[in-house]
Amino acid sequence: MPKSVISIGPYHPLQEEPEHFQLTVEGEKVVDIEVSVGYNHRGIEKLSERRSFDQATFVIERICGICSTSHPFAYTQAVEDIIPVEVPERAKYIRTIIAEGERIHSHLLWFGLAGHFLGYNTVYMWMWRLREEILDVMEILSGNRQNYAMFKPGGVRRDIKPEDIPLAIKKIDSILPTVDRLKKAILDDPVLHARLKGIGTLTKEEAIAYCALGPTSRASGVARDVRKDAPYGAYDRLDWNMIVTANGDVWDKAVVRLLELYESIKIMKHCLLNLPGGEIDLNLKSIPPGEGIGAHEAPRGETFHYVRSDGTNRPARHKVRAPTFMNLPTLKATVPGSSIADAAIILAAIDPCYCCTERMAVRSADGRKLYSGEELLRLSREKTSRIQKELGKR
Amino acid sequence: MTREEVLSEIQSRFGDVILDFFDKSAKRVYIELQPRALVPVARHLFAELGARFHIASGMDSRTHLEVLYHFSVEALNLLVSLRVKLDKNDPRVDSLASTIKAAAWIEREMHELLGIQFSGNQDLRRLLLSEEWPAGVYPLRRDYREWDPGAVRDRGV
Repeated sequence: MPKSVISIGPYHPLQEEPEHFQLTVEGEKVVDIEVSVGYNHRGIEKLSERRSFDQATFVIERICGICSTSHPFAYTQAVEDIIPVEVPERAKYIRTIIAEGERIHSHLLWFGLAGHFLGYNTVYMWMWRLREEILDVMEILSGNRQNYAMFKPGGVRRDIKPEDIPLAIKKIDSILPTVDRLKKAILDDPVLHARLKGIGTLTKEEAIAYCALGPTSRASGVARDVRKDAPYGAYDRLDWNMIVTANGDVWDKAVVRLLELYESIKIMKHCLLNLPGGEIDLNLKSIPPGEGIGAHEAPRGETFHYVRSDGTNRPARHKVRAPTFMNLPTLKATVPGSSIADAAIILAAIDPCYCCTERMAVRSADGRKLYSGEELLRLSREKTSRIQKELGKR
Repeated sequence: MTREEVLSEIQSRFGDVILDFFDKSAKRVYIELQPRALVPVARHLFAELGARFHIASGMDSRTHLEVLYHFSVEALNLLVSLRVKLDKNDPRVDSLASTIKAAAWIEREMHELLGIQFSGNQDLRRLLLSEEWPAGVYPLRRDYREWDPGAVRDRGV
């Protein structure tokens, strides 16, 4: 059968890392994938070397638009590891609260998009409506819906006021019944089972070989979570569960994220209710020469920062590794063998902030356009409705 | 295995190629190696101890090009960083990509940003930089000069 190349991407400004996927297909079946990145390379590592340790926090907060806190969290820990120093207890709790709030809204955003890809626009609307509630909570606590600017090396920049806590908890509690209803609706839906089970499977061996991170690895049975393996913040002071499933398909990745919502809500509430008193900042004056490493479990997996100090007020080297850098190559293992209709959701299953459907274009090897982006989305939705009809007949 | 057993095994097996062993804290160990020993030590960590490869970070330290390979032994909460110092005139080290799949992309990145050659890696295409970027210009080197007259200059602090 003749092979053609489908081009998805390369660029969408909403994506964390604008990507260009080239799928080689035989008929409906994908036989190979080539991933290209770098379309929005901003040289942030270089920029960071020309900022003071404190200013760099603001630059790197803007690396990702969705998990904006994950990079400052890892970076501040790396700077603190140079000295080394422990931040005050209250600061640890505040950091944990912000990080978990971010995980909740990031997972909700992914669910919304996944629903949209599959033709479940009700899920999309529900999830994004819920996300607004969490963004309101973040606004109550930090003053911002996004880019909270709460972190600084040595502690946090702003305190959480005691009078704001009851309202935040009330709002968090108010979303629980809806999350419950959604969980039931998703887990009981036979169409979603038929649509997502057994596609895009990443085996445990592959997850280890590719060093996959976050829900992408935990869905494949690799119990890997920085919050448990190398506890930081307040994570070792509370009781919570790491969600691990065994099958590694898109369904399991969705289940991991769904159940993690509950854990995050639990952690966030516990921290708000048991916020210890005391200082929030060490007021670090200077950073001695040396090197430090910080890691944080972002919604998509571990964020890793390496910072070298030469005794000046600026980092001599600042290496940033986002989780998607490790998760994207796993597509080489998961996409080949699937159909084009499944490709959109498999590519989205690692959660690369993938919302570039309108930029998709399907091309044959000689560059002639075969499908439009809408058509690819239509293929995915048609498969869902086909399954719906088949199940309806039974 | 305990932390002490893991570290003493590394020291006894690879003692002759370890240039510096820095036990920084309970969670962090930095081991400087002769570049030729990188692959065997990395394989020991990754395949035998089941350590996870985080990433590698390269930097221009003025006298050398330095590459750190970060590994985690998750069961022990221990982060081991392997350091190799490469000659600036011919920065070359054996590729880890065939031992650890996850190292393939970061080698491409260090190749284009720092100009390090990874012997044995067949796929050193550009990862982040655009096609227009001139060959032999490495943005993370200390001696990097802006080559594009139309670029907006970052004034720093």
